[in-house]
Amino acid sequence: MLAGFFLKLKDAKLPVSIKEYLTLIEGMQKHVISPSIDDFYYLARTTLVKDESNFDKFDRAFGEFFKGVEAVAGAELDVPLEWLLKQAELNLSPEDKARIEALGGWEKLMETLKKRMEEQKERHQGGSKWIGTAGTSPFGAYGYNPEGVRIGQDKSRNRRAVKVWDQREYRNLDDSVELGIRNIKVALRRLRKFARDGAPEELDLDTTIDKTARNAGYLDLHMRPERHNAVKVLLFLDIGGSMDDHIKLCEELFSAAKTEFKHLEYFYFHNCLYDFVWKDNRRRHAERIRTWDIMHKYGHDYKLIFVGDATMSPYEILHPGGSIEYANDEAGAVWMQRMLNVYHKAVWLNPEPEEIWTYRQSIGIVRELMGGRMHPTTIQGLERAMRYLSQGSR
Amino acid sequence: MRFKGSDTYVATDDLMLAVNAAITLQRPLLIKGEPGTGKTKLAEEVATALGLPLLEWHVKSTTKAQQGLYEYDAVSRLRDSQLGDPRVQDIANYIVRGMLWQAFTADAPVVLLIDEVDKADIEFPNDLLRELDRMEFFVYETRELVRAKHRPIVFITSNNEKELPDAFLRRCFFHYIRFPDKDTMERIVDVHFPGIKKMLLREALEVFFEVREVPGLKKKPSTSELLDWLKLLLAEDISIEALRSKDRKTIVPPLHGALLKNEQDVHLFERLVFMARHNR
Repeated sequence: MLAGFFLKLKDAKLPVSIKEYLTLIEGMQKHVISPSIDDFYYLARTTLVKDESNFDKFDRAFGEFFKGVEAVAGAELDVPLEWLLKQAELNLSPEDKARIEALGGWEKLMETLKKRMEEQKERHQGGSKWIGTAGTSPFGAYGYNPEGVRIGQDKSRNRRAVKVWDQREYRNLDDSVELGIRNIKVALRRLRKFARDGAPEELDLDTTIDKTARNAGYLDLHMRPERHNAVKVLLFLDIGGSMDDHIKLCEELFSAAKTEFKHLEYFYFHNCLYDFVWKDNRRRHAERIRTWDIMHKYGHDYKLIFVGDATMSPYEILHPGGSIEYANDEAGAVWMQRMLNVYHKAVWLNPEPEEIWTYRQSIGIVRELMGGRMHPTTIQGLERAMRYLSQGSR
Repeated sequence: MRFKGSDTYVATDDLMLAVNAAITLQRPLLIKGEPGTGKTKLAEEVATALGLPLLEWHVKSTTKAQQGLYEYDAVSRLRDSQLGDPRVQDIANYIVRGMLWQAFTADAPVVLLIDEVDKADIEFPNDLLRELDRMEFFVYETRELVRAKHRPIVFITSNNEKELPDAFLRRCFFHYIRFPDKDTMERIVDVHFPGIKKMLLREALEVFFEVREVPGLKKKPSTSELLDWLKLLLAEDISIEALRSKDRKTIVPPLHGALLKNEQDVHLFERLVFMARHNR
């Protein structure tokens, strides 16, 4: 039975190894845990999963595999449903109650809710944590959380009633879904490569002493190249307009990036790059920087990162005068191409989910301009982008 | 040996289970979690609870794995050779034992804490694989094999600044200390301030969790900040009423500087409060 569990975890793309599986079995054999499924869950998690970003995957796989096992055991049954009822009732107005009756009563509603929650899990990747707050959906009104079972946040006398893995508390640590400051930092670290290059210039005191001592006291000097961070980055952030949804994400990326490089210059643009960018969004009309100046000032060894949703009308990219900010003499595409000619290492990070890219013409155009190097701002997307940026010099 | 929490440390069930599994199966336990959730404290508490000595190895960005095993003090030897000290003949006089060596050769089992392993170089964990797995290493200078008499109980903490290599992770148990919920938090506070008035505590906790919910904070206040804040509240003798004003959202909680450590956060928080007051 446990072999099946192990394979289930493998199927769920968890990086589990045979050694860890054997450790788990050893733990069972040595009676580390009492024979309860809760304890088994904790033991399995602590032995098999080594990264909190995988906790959610593990919870799901565990839930699927042990569905039914617990029912046989007879412990802790069907409480969540009652619980949902209780919780919902507290927050319902009479009108709501009437509407629920219209929907076919509680039983039906709960069933639909369950189904709805399932759908939501599938479809709601990368979105915010809550089911719509003020929508017309009957569920939105109660402010349910898509995990559903997490409702009783401050009712922890009931906590044991809900299966721990079904709470999916680690959902927001899953690396394919959400991007927080902490996650993004890990990915950006990929960019940091300490290149020891150039001529030796620093006295390596430790090696010198060591070699001298080993040399029975004859002085043996050693030099080493100075250590410095070779990565230089120009960051262009799309701000305003259709980008407003993503500003928060952008800001997180930005604040993470700021501590990461010695040479990091950031600029703002709106929708597409034209002849001006700016550094302070509030003074965008007063303090502009010419794009030409940037190209002249920063050497071609800088790496270029655009962050933007690339969602606009196609003529904003393709035609002169297309900018919604001012009349531009040359098309955005021309400016993009100029930048790319100067900076060979460039990527575009797009906070919009990858699935919808094909439905937006402008995203397609920008992607083509970038030579396909557009990545979503998930950890995986970032990793791909960073790997590309840190490959070789050209 | 079983760890059941202690008078000064509240351990959740899953944490206790992870600790006990690590002790029984003699594997290192890797602890991660938000800053201020008591990762380092755990090792100290386990050591006290089990009555074992604690060896601490604090890792810095310049720490090398070798330093945990032993160091060859070449400088002393060089100086001694210039002075004609007879000790210079035996290289063993210049081998300085590191934390792992001390832990391996102790006469009774010890608790070994490797603190903030992610601060070190990326290769650091890889260099310790065999040492942590087999609990032995070889001293090249003196050609001796150091093997653990008793396998130490090893705790490793990480703040996630670097990803740890898979091979290293496979040899460890792993526990992520989640941010405590309200009940656990009450127990934690109770352990630290046994005399605190129930009412004051409840009000303070409510304010605390509300502050944590404020969107856009760069650094959310954590357990250790809460404890500091409570200490201040007690010291200043703030009344319950000051915490319990009807519109909590429109009043800046007293001494909020203890909860928010970032200037931007304090600013944002005050602005939100003023906006809320304005809209009333």
